[in-house]
Amino acid sequence: MTLDDQSLTQSGLAATGKGSVLLLACGALAHEILALKRANNWTHLDLQCLPAILHNHPEQITPRVEQAIEKHRKDYETIFVVYADCGTGGHLQAACDRLGVRMIEGPHCYSFFEGNAAFAERNEITAFYLTDFLVKQFDAFVWRPLGLDRHPELRNMYFGNYTKLVYQSQTDDPALTDLARSHADRLGLAFEHRRTGYGDLEKALARLGPSLG
Amino acid sequence: MADDDEIILSELDDEDLVAQMFDDLYDGLKEEIEEGVNILIERGWAPYDVLTKALVGGMTIVGNDFRDGILFVPEVLLAANAMKGGMAILKPLLIETGAPRVGKMVIGTVKGDIHDIGKNLVSMMMEGAGFEVVDLGINNAVESYMEALEAEGPDILGMSALLTTTMPYMKVVIDTLKEKGIRDDYIVLVGGAPLNEEFGKAIGADAYCRDAAVAVETAKTFVARKHNQGATA
Repeated sequence: MTLDDQSLTQSGLAATGKGSVLLLACGALAHEILALKRANNWTHLDLQCLPAILHNHPEQITPRVEQAIEKHRKDYETIFVVYADCGTGGHLQAACDRLGVRMIEGPHCYSFFEGNAAFAERNEITAFYLTDFLVKQFDAFVWRPLGLDRHPELRNMYFGNYTKLVYQSQTDDPALTDLARSHADRLGLAFEHRRTGYGDLEKALARLGPSLG
Repeated sequence: MADDDEIILSELDDEDLVAQMFDDLYDGLKEEIEEGVNILIERGWAPYDVLTKALVGGMTIVGNDFRDGILFVPEVLLAANAMKGGMAILKPLLIETGAPRVGKMVIGTVKGDIHDIGKNLVSMMMEGAGFEVVDLGINNAVESYMEALEAEGPDILGMSALLTTTMPYMKVVIDTLKEKGIRDDYIVLVGGAPLNEEFGKAIGADAYCRDAAVAVETAKTFVARKHNQGATA
């Protein structure tokens, strides 16, 4: 199975049908979830991803997740939603509650990668965050949708109030760090690198032990 | 060599020039808009007419096409930037010549939120519609709103938020107005990408405004109603 970022962005990832717990996740988290699954031998977990680009259309996330839950719930003992609130304004949590499904805690992935408590403590309102996936898919998620490829002069209208770009790395890859730094330069922002690892994501998935499945 | 199809703005009659300015605004051509504004002023147009007939008229088309999914944010920002260029020429002239004032608005992005694109569009379109706008900028705590309301005495309080994590702060501001017994002194309009009408009602705002054009129309309606109430009180 190939796992290319372009497909994760536009199409997502289909479940394998193996395992008792389905993780219904954002495509932007596929690499991290699969890495954790491999590292911990979590064979009871299966992964289905919705297209990561929904990140740019949060109003579509809740109905798409609901649809996927309804479609897959007969095939698994448990479904766990690996989306944070992600700009749904509590609607995703409400839908999960209604459908009797649990989801990961936090306002967005930047928060749970850093650890929700630590992230809230920082209260950085002028920081723009990128994860490993978003560093690689920066043009698809940021540069092109904002029209900066065609009109770079709009940059300060979008980012003029930000002060820094924070790269939260899940892996240790110097090439990605260099790329993230170049994105900060393109946006005219200071650069900060934080090695967050998987943060609360790992803890949340660890709690879905086989005995709970 | 000059392009045979090049349009010389100064050679167009007023009607064609305004139509061309609509196109130039749509295409976000700031220099052309500035040139068009200067030509109309030189021809003796009242600054208020240039503002409403050429700039606001053109921007209304942009707003409608944004609403209908024909234009997207980058194009709207380019158009707004072009309009801003024209407004910069007109503003001092409007002050000199006087222009009808529809009402006054204090507007700001709420605490914890630094996003101001939508707010800036609303401010510009409100000014274009004849409102005096006091823009508090970004990241405003309740105290900042209260001070501005007291100092400026506006008809309208506008609040904006882009984040689902910051939009609940609007309720903090409205609840403070209630606690102080001044809620009904102001028309409270709220807006921002994650908001909706239901949210606006739930927090006690007078209206949720989907975009800048709706904000202007809603503001006009509420101010007219307020004035009418004043006349019959």
